[in-house]
This record gives sequence, C-alpha cells and structure tokens, in this order.
Amino acid sequence: MKTINEMALRFPSKSCNEAFARAAVSAFIAVLDPTVGELSDLKTAVSEAVTNCVVHGYRRGAGTIFLTGKITEDRRVIVKIRDKGVGIADVKQAMEPLFTTAAEEERAGLGFAVMQSFCDKVRVSSKPGKGTTVTLEKRIADV
Amino acid sequence: MKTTLEDGVLTAYLEGEIDHDAAVNMRRQLDASVQTVKPRVLCLDFAGVGFMDSSGVGLVMGRYRMMKLLGGSLYVVRVPERIYRIFAMSGLEGLGVLR
Ligand SMILES: Nc1ncnc2c1ncn2[C@@H]1O[C@H](COP(=O)(O)OP(=O)(O)OP(=O)(O)O)[C@@H](O)[C@H]1O
Ligand SMILES: [Mg+2]
Repeated sequence: MKTINEMALRFPSKSCNEAFARAAVSAFIAVLDPTVGELSDLKTAVSEAVTNCVVHGYRRGAGTIFLTGKITEDRRVIVKIRDKGVGIADVKQAMEPLFTTAAEEERAGLGFAVMQSFCDKVRVSSKPGKGTTVTLEKRIADV
Repeated sequence: MKTTLEDGVLTAYLEGEIDHDAAVNMRRQLDASVQTVKPRVLCLDFAGVGFMDSSGVGLVMGRYRMMKLLGGSLYVVRVPERIYRIFAMSGLEGLGVLR
C-alpha cells in the first residue's frame, strides 16, 4: 500500500520525552481526523513503548530513542519505536500480561497488553545486548 | 496536587496526564501527605485525569500496598471511561478499590 506521509524523530532517553513522543504522533496523524478514542489509543500505546525504552531498554541511563511514523493510503498508521539498549531475551514471556522485571519500581507489567489491546497489530523484535524495536499499527476509520 | 481531609479520609485530586514521568512526582507527593496525615483511607479522585498509561496502574497498586501495610484502605473514584479500560486489565477490579 502506498505511503502518503512519513516522519522520523530521535530524542534522548529521558522521561520528559514520553509526553513529547505522544504529542508528536498526535500531530502527525491529525490529517486523518481521528476520533478522540483513536487518538487516545495510539497515544497510550506510544507512551507505553517509549516508557519501556527509558525504564528497561536504557535502564534510566543515557541513550537515544528512534521513532518513525508512516501513514498509508488506506489510512493505516505505522509507528516504530526503537532503542539500542539491553534487549529482551524472551519476547513471548515479556508480552504476557502482568509479566514485569521491574516490580520493585512499581511497574504493573501491562505495557505490552495495553499496546496490543489499543492497536490492530504489535510486532516486537529484540536481541539481548543490541536493543528492541516495537512496531505499532492502527487503522484510522474513514470520516 | 489538591487534597482534602475529612473524617480520616484523605482525598487527592489527580490532574493532567499520568505517565511514568508524572507518576514519579505524584507518588512522592502522595507518600509525603500520607506520612504526615496518617489517614484511615486514601481516596484518589481521577476526575481531572485526561490521559493515563500503565504507569498509573503501578502508582495505584503501590499506594494500595502502602495503605494496606499501614492498616488503612485505598479507594479510586470518578475514573473516566477511557482510563477505566486500563484498570480493568490489571486485576485491580478484584481488590475492591475501584468505586
Ligand atoms: N525496550 C525494552 N528493552 C528491554 N526490555 C524491555 C523493553 N520493553 C519491555 N521490556 C521487558 O518486558 C517486560 C514487560 O514490559 P511491559 O511494558 O509489558 O511491562 P512493564 O514495563 O514491566 O510494566 P508497565 O508497562 O505496566 O509499567 C518489562 O518488564 C521488561 O523486562
Ligand atoms: Mg512497560
């Protein structure tokens, strides 16, 4: 399917950039005139993925987060969030609801479950020591 | 963060967007208030919350454990529908804190 718009961002792994990433993606998809619900779903999923880069990927240390966005002709939004952090050894286990490696930091283990329930598709590829890429896909209904 | 105290019930009116960044600050403020006031019940009012991700669930679960440890209770009230969906995924419903 033809791509009608694209964007790429890079920003340091800081928790203040969670809000920046949500706002950037909102602005990017504004042309599709999403409903309040669609916008909120995608913002929440982006927030989960970026937070995971900050708290798990780079363990609150320094690092760069890469975010790309794409809009296709058939109104699908594809957002890719990538870090070059610690990576995930067992992706299947990490994606199980309530699984967390950071319970003592008051994490609920719901991030991937939220991404899956709020997007049409979620793809995770990761390699320990190399980093993690999360691809979110959501179709915005016709207006 | 606006708070009120009545009959041992400390109500905190949460506002704005609750993500990981904001949750860290809210936790600090809530824990400081609970330490000084020592309420019987901590009530988190979500009416003013426009956005929340799973960091908010961690915030609530952490305060639930803290209140239990202190022999008190936690209530979560006036949760907007969109945010309730995230709480519903968490098992918090079964703990009787959501009203
Ligand atoms: N970018 C990442 N880099 C390394 N590990 C990750 C990354 N994203 C997720 N993980 C691992 O997957 C687990 C599950 O992630 P998920 O977002 O579902 O829950 P959480 O972040 O632990 O808690 P919550 O999102 O509810 O605050 C994490 O605890 C972590 O071990
Ligand atoms: Mg997470």
